[in-house]
Parts: sequence; structure tokens; C-alpha cells
Amino acid sequence: MSTATPSKPAPPRRTRTVSKWGDWIFLLLTIVATALIVALMVALLVVLVYGSRSTIQALGLSFLYTKVWNPEGNVYGIVPFAVGTLLTSAIALLIAVPLGIGAAIFLTQQAPGWLRGPVGQLIELLAAIPSIIYGFWGLIVLVPIMRYDIDPVLLRYLGWTGWFSGPDYGLSVLTASLVLSVMAIPTITAISRDSIAAVPRSQKEAALSIGATDWEVTRKAVLPYARSGIIAGIVLGLGRALGETMAVTLTIGNKNAIPTSLFSAGQTIPSLIANDFFEAATPQEIPALLEAALILLIITLSINIGARLALARFQAGRGVGAE
Amino acid sequence: MKFDRPARRKLFSNSMTVLTGLAIVVIMIPLFAVIYETLSLGGSVLNASLFTQGIPYPCSPRAGVTCQQGGLVVAIQGTFELIALAALISVPIGIGAAIFSVEYGREHAAARIVGLVSDVLSGVPSIVAGVFVYTLVLLYEPTIVFSTLSGSFALAVLMVPIVARTCEEALRTVPNSVREAALALGISKWKTTLRIVLVSALPGIVTGVLLAVARAAGEAAPLLIALGNGCAHPLQGVNQEGCALPLWIYIGATSPYANWIALAWGAALILLVIILALSVISRLTLDRMARRMRGG
Repeated sequence: MSTATPSKPAPPRRTRTVSKWGDWIFLLLTIVATALIVALMVALLVVLVYGSRSTIQALGLSFLYTKVWNPEGNVYGIVPFAVGTLLTSAIALLIAVPLGIGAAIFLTQQAPGWLRGPVGQLIELLAAIPSIIYGFWGLIVLVPIMRYDIDPVLLRYLGWTGWFSGPDYGLSVLTASLVLSVMAIPTITAISRDSIAAVPRSQKEAALSIGATDWEVTRKAVLPYARSGIIAGIVLGLGRALGETMAVTLTIGNKNAIPTSLFSAGQTIPSLIANDFFEAATPQEIPALLEAALILLIITLSINIGARLALARFQAGRGVGAE
Repeated sequence: MKFDRPARRKLFSNSMTVLTGLAIVVIMIPLFAVIYETLSLGGSVLNASLFTQGIPYPCSPRAGVTCQQGGLVVAIQGTFELIALAALISVPIGIGAAIFSVEYGREHAAARIVGLVSDVLSGVPSIVAGVFVYTLVLLYEPTIVFSTLSGSFALAVLMVPIVARTCEEALRTVPNSVREAALALGISKWKTTLRIVLVSALPGIVTGVLLAVARAAGEAAPLLIALGNGCAHPLQGVNQEGCALPLWIYIGATSPYANWIALAWGAALILLVIILALSVISRLTLDRMARRMRGG
């Protein structure tokens, strides 16, 4: 150390005491901020349970298996909306998973370097567009296309399966699922891309050296290595689809009944809450809507935590595997 | 036609390359369709009155009837009020928690909870945030259940985990030598954190805040629950029913009136531009940070 020794005397004692106080106050403030975040998480659950207590007491478990939602008769059951939520999310994943993983493979393995950056940014843009705009576009543009162009073709060739039949106004489970898939794709693509990009070069080179083709390298050397990361991406995409409100509300037709085919209108848990809260919920219906929100929260949180754990294990495993 | 094995494998490999490339093309279709539709339909109402007038009387053109286009002043103002209030609540909390996690993490094991909780909170569906705030506000102050204030609480719930998470990452990029140098000079820890660490991490923090703002600006679901509908008149105050661009898109889209639907496209266009601008700015800030770190 070549710096000169300080020529000034040590700072007076008072300054030190004051800054000590400053440190304490500062630490306290940051602890308060942390406590607020933790309290927020706890409060989410507590407040929803508290708000829905009258429904929980009156209906008990029957809320979970009743197939009717009838505010006039004070009968509430979540089944139609649970079915709608799971069905739309499942179809959305069926479309989004192959496209998302395919795009991630192309971006990391085959695409020329100059293409990777811009396309990656476009996919981020896809994630940044608000869901209400997707919903609006779905309602005005996609719904007529589905009704007059796509659904008749599906009815003609796949009508025999029973999934594509019945009255069709374009506002349907199928249309909502399509819009949802658009919203799940960026999540799946981005996380799969990062997991695939993290596969060590040696893994690929080993496969190439024994004469594997590009696809064989991807299929047998790269994808198994990135598997848990890709699964985490899919599950996070599922979490996004399950909780999505606006895009579904505008395209699913909002009918409080179990959908009978993919062409029929339906309702998901989020779209039920959005519709009935905004329109005219009777005071008796609100606790039931809060219980629906509570169930949605529990489902999405468990899925999210599961995916994060898988992702953490993937990252930890990568550290071991890289040696 | 008959292939020998290597040729068949090669063909299969090449067709998979084409298929994965096609996946990219298919993904881009909705992106460009949505942007095109928003630009062309939103562009048709893009004129001065869009930014100077209020919501018009609902109207669809018939013989002998001309409809007013109206404008989105109320919705634009409402969105800015909501975002400003939500940022005012969520940014200090998010930054405070991130500081506790990174700067005090070694002394307090409890600090690790910040990352965990923000991960979990970022998975909360936005509609649930709205319902939560509705219930909570109803308990303590029923007069503002449907208000700009309530709406901003709901948006803040969605912003806090994003701000906390990105701030944590930004603070972690500040090298420890910087902290040690400051502390060795006898500067107290809180001054070191505020004046040196936080300033070094500022571009990352700004990026995080902008990301959170972009997310909140586009949220409609919590506003359906907690904002009420004050679009018809000039905004009265933050404790009264409010209006916002995404809320207006929903109201216009579900209405049968031609001029309201056209205005909803105008709102979609303005929202899209705001969000694109935010993401470009945040990207530029990140690039500047990356350059500076390379330079340093």
C-alpha cells in the first residue's frame, strides 16, 4: 500500500455514534421492507380464507364437487370452471409445448448466429404484449376466423371424434385455448432455450465424434441433459395459462356450464371472477368468488413452487455435471 | 425409393431442422398479426382529439347519425396516476428487501427468504391480486373499494416481486471490493450502501423498475375488480372510481358501439407504444451497464 498515512486526527467520537445509529435505522428499514413482502404472501392466503369464510362454512366440501353455479339459488360449485381452466390450459400446452421447444432447439442448435439475437428479442416482445390486447385481437380477429374458416374444417374432418361439434359461435373453449397457447409459448421457449444453451459443448462434441447427425445430437445428447430445465419451463408456462384472465374472458364465451365440446362456450376460474365481479355480483356471491380465487391461488402457487424447485435442482445438477 | 441408413438418418435430421425452423415462423405469426391489427385499427383514430377529448357518448353510425370519435385523456391520465402510485408503494419495498437480502444476507440467514418469497409472489395470478386488495380494502376503508388508490394497491402487489428480484440481481453484480474499499475508508455501512453500492447498481435497478412498470401498465384483470369505472367523466381524485387504458380496452371491446370499439383500438395502440418504449429503454440501460462493467 503506497497511500500516505492520514495526516488528520481520528474523527471525533460523536460522528461514529451518529453513523452507528444510521446503520441501525437503515437495517431496520430494510427489515421492515422484507417483513412487508413476507406479510403480503401470508396475507394473500389469510385474507382470501377470511373473505370466503361464509361460503366455506355453508357449503364445505360440496363447493369442490357441485356442478352448478347459481347465485339466485345460492348454490355454488367450482366444477364447471375447474374443468374449463384445466381443459383450456391442457390444449394450450398441447400446442405451445412442441412449438416452444422446437423454436428453442432451432434457436440454440441450428440458427445462424446473426439470427439468434433478433429472434430471441421478438419472442421477448411476444411476452411483453399485455394479455388484454391478445384478448381484444382474439375477439375481433380470431373469433370470426375460427367460426367461419377453421371450425367448419375441423367439424368436417374431426367431427366424428365428438370433440368438434355442437353450436359454434367462434367464442369457444378452442379459441380461448389458442390465445392461451400464444401466451404460454414465450415462457416455454425462453426457459428451454436457456437450459439447452447451458448444455456443455463437450456433451455435443462427444456425440458428433461418434458420427451422430444434428438431430441425433439434439435428441440423445442435448435434450436429456436439459430435460429438467425444459420441464420447469413448461410448468411455468402452465402456471401462466392457468391464471390468465383477460385473454380468456374475451374469447371463451363466458357460459357457466361444463363445456360439452371444444366448440362450446365455457368459463375458467379467472374469467368467472372477472365477469361476475365486474358485472353485478350479489353480496352473497362474493364470498363464493373469493373461494374460487383461493383455490386458483393454491393451484398456481403449488405449480410455481414445484417448477422453481425443479429449476433449482437443474441448476445445482449442472454444476455437478460440468466437472 | 430406398435409402441406405446414413442417408436416411441425414434426411430425418434435416427435416427436423426444417420443422424446428417452421416452429419459429408459426410463433411469429400471432406476434405480427397482433401488432399489425393494433397499428392499423389503432392508427385510424390516431389524431389530436385522441389526446385532448374524453370518452364520447356511445354511438354506432346509422343513416343520419354521425358519431363523435372522442379521446382517451381520462384513460391516459388514469394509467399514469395508477402507475405512479403503484411505483411509489412497490419500489421502496422492493429495493429495501433486496438490500436486506444482498447487503445483510451474510449476517442474517433470514435474508434468503426474499428471493424465495418474490419467486412465489411472481406466480400469483393478477386477478387474485385484485380480489385480495378488494377484500382487504373493504375491511378497512369501504369508501375507497373502487378507486384509483385501490387499483394501484393491486398493481403494487404485482410489481413488488419483480422489483425485488431484479434489484437483488443488480446488487449482486456490484463487486465486494467496492463495498470493502468504502468501509475501509470509515464510511458507515448505510452510506456505503446508499451512495456507493446502490449507485453502482442503478442501471440494473432502473431496468427492474421499468420491467415492473411495463407489466403493471398492461394489467387489466385487477383493475376490473378494484378500479371501478370512472371513464365517463374527468377523474375526480385518487379516492374515486378511476379509469385506465387496459380497462378501457375491456369496456370498449365488450361494448356494441362502433366508436367505443374504435377507441379501444386507440387505447391498445397507445399501450403498445408505452410498453415497447419501456422495454427499449430498459434494454438500453442494461447495455450501458454491461459496457461500463466491461470498461471497469
